[in-house]
Amino acid sequence: MFDYNFHWRPVLKSLPDLIQAGLVTLEIASLAMFLGVVIGLCLALMRMNMTGPLKWFAVTWIEIARNTPALFQLFFFGFGLGAFGINLSPFVIILTGLSFNCAGYLAENFRGGFQAIPVMQINSARCLGMNSWQAYTRIVIPQVLRIVYYPITNQMVWAVLMSSLGMLIGFKELSGETQFFASKTFRVFEYFAVAAVIYYVIVKIVLGASRLLAMRLFRY
Amino acid sequence: MQEPISFFTGFNPNDLWFLGEAALKTLWISILSITVGSVMGCVFGWILHESRFAGGIILAPILDVFRSVPLIIQLVLFYNFAPMVGLDLNPFLSGVVILTFYTASLVSNVARGGIESVEMSMRRASRSLGLTYWQDLFHVVLPIGGRTVFPAWIGVVLGVMKDSALVSVLGYVELLKASQILITRTQEPLLILSIAGVFYFALSYPISLYASRFEKRWAK
Repeated sequence: MFDYNFHWRPVLKSLPDLIQAGLVTLEIASLAMFLGVVIGLCLALMRMNMTGPLKWFAVTWIEIARNTPALFQLFFFGFGLGAFGINLSPFVIILTGLSFNCAGYLAENFRGGFQAIPVMQINSARCLGMNSWQAYTRIVIPQVLRIVYYPITNQMVWAVLMSSLGMLIGFKELSGETQFFASKTFRVFEYFAVAAVIYYVIVKIVLGASRLLAMRLFRY
Repeated sequence: MQEPISFFTGFNPNDLWFLGEAALKTLWISILSITVGSVMGCVFGWILHESRFAGGIILAPILDVFRSVPLIIQLVLFYNFAPMVGLDLNPFLSGVVILTFYTASLVSNVARGGIESVEMSMRRASRSLGLTYWQDLFHVVLPIGGRTVFPAWIGVVLGVMKDSALVSVLGYVELLKASQILITRTQEPLLILSIAGVFYFALSYPISLYASRFEKRWAK
């Protein structure tokens, strides 16, 4: 049945490099998530409160991000923009692609969160003399963040998993590094098995950290 | 005077047909894996709900692995693992197998949520009316719980359909791979990626639109 020689030793020797690459994965996912949350919040607000071109911009962004594969979006930023003479580096491509995707998904989550807050609260905040900006930043958004906290955690896990697409556009995060080693040594199975374990650990760390943060944030 | 020889052939209508066929392949691979995966996921979800040992200790960690490791890594890993145990799988079959398990792991959580969303008092009432365990499961739990988790299930379906683009890593010519092939030939990335994007959008958007309408009708 198993007539395959496992070569674990060279794989374990390159483990430090893989873990280093795992940190790159974590960094790119966090960066993309940060941009995604900011842009997604803006998109959700634009979609709900604006009219005209701004609203259509937000709707188009959200629908394209949600209804096409993440890999397609990466290819579009990678190859598609080349037609305009814009050649981005792999790092920028993957950051743009992931943020674009995350922003689209998070915007819908934020919209759900905003709709869960009664309009009456905004009205009463305005009655108390707050302006619209204050009402949003002090009353609505803290509550919305509490509602969308778990979807954001989920999206963070997704961002970690999606960053593995960097392999296909030549960015050296965990899976890119893995493929580099695997094609150098032809030990595809061993390297990818180790990469799978590292990804699993990263996801567990992200979930654990988010749980700790939730305990700290939602004490009251 | 002879016309200069052009080395690059442009995009022609035959290529559109090629892309259309590839879109059908994407559709086929996703229909196959979603159908089988959903059925498996329902069974797994039932096991997770019913049995603390078989579900909670044995099945849950295995399903968790499918959710916490990037699909790309799973695909490469399985494609390289299958020959070791004497399975001779083509890219299509390995893609279907992994996508099926991936769907099942996502659906199992959805299904468990659906079963648990039906109140225990309701199920006790149906049991005391003389329904058997299976009658209770199929005639009470399925309609009520299914309605609750329908949006979540649609989300899984759309996600898997988009993630099926990753099977191109193994060399299966689905929509994204086909567009890559055409890009290599015609050197017109923007046009071809736009067409591929329209195809993906046309596959995915009607489902999400229909689902949101369905939801609204049920919410009334």
